[in-house]
Amino acid sequence: MSPALTAAGARDWLQRFATAVDEHAADLTDLDRPIGDSDHGVNLQRGMRAVLAALDAADPATPGAVLLKAGSTLVSTVGGASGPLFGTLLRRTGKALGDAESVDAAALGSGLRVGLDAVTALGGAQVGDATLVDALAPAVESLEAGGSVTEAAEAAARGAASTDELVARKGRASYLGERGIGHRDPGAASTALLFAALADGDGAGAS
Amino acid sequence: MSVRVVLLSHSADVARGVADLAGQMASTATVVPVGGTADGRLGTDADALEAAVEAGLAAGEEVAVLVDLGSAVLTARTVLAELPAGAGVALVDAPFVEGAVAAVVTASTGAGLAEVVAQAELARDLRKG
Repeated sequence: MSPALTAAGARDWLQRFATAVDEHAADLTDLDRPIGDSDHGVNLQRGMRAVLAALDAADPATPGAVLLKAGSTLVSTVGGASGPLFGTLLRRTGKALGDAESVDAAALGSGLRVGLDAVTALGGAQVGDATLVDALAPAVESLEAGGSVTEAAEAAARGAASTDELVARKGRASYLGERGIGHRDPGAASTALLFAALADGDGAGAS
Repeated sequence: MSVRVVLLSHSADVARGVADLAGQMASTATVVPVGGTADGRLGTDADALEAAVEAGLAAGEEVAVLVDLGSAVLTARTVLAELPAGAGVALVDAPFVEGAVAAVVTASTGAGLAEVVAQAELARDLRKG
């Protein structure tokens, strides 16, 4: 993300994420089937469609306002746990970015840190509990350490893969205990898609 | 100051049914069921919860929020986190049905928010076997 993220870039990012969620909705729902209620992919798909419509209607002027609007929309439209969690991540990140017209990778990392802290405060999950935090935290840390968005996306993907071998300690998946080992957390998988969508804009002129 | 009891469930039927059950025992308290999503699915609706809480505050009441499962807790925490400090709204850490009955009965005696919350949270320790 050498050119900084503008409002248009942030919308392109969320558009790419929505497309990725559409493409992977069946996979995400399959991940949710053994341990959840098989609604993660569908819920996120519904939420992101509402986000794109809300952004079209509101046309926010800054990247912070784009993320704030997207987060608020997710909180009010998803209905499942991914609404408050992804919604809080984007809302609090958006608020932290303030009214800057564009943000570079380091500033985005600082904003996402505020979002990550809000998510852990909300759900109580830490790294190692087999939740979206396992993908989110390493991506944020990578950006904070001066990493590129591509490196952050790689960190998120590794974090999501790490949940394969973890025992879930939060949410309904925790009822499974050790039977959940060998299974990827759907929230971590969709978080990896969020950062992959961010990295996909790099060099394409969109960000 | 009277206490309004808001019941947040994934299911409109569950929220309404528990409100009926609790209201039958204490008809003077205000009980507001908030269940399901805006488009009629199972899930929790942050906007509807916020509206129910704000209506209570606008009426000069305190508000006790009881929630059922998983994401209902997250939705309630998200909505309550946006309220100003000291707004007179509490998320009650209690089983949904038993806590709702205890909260509504206590609220109907004219008790304040702290006592409503305390009585509802005692429902956690009700053994059934």
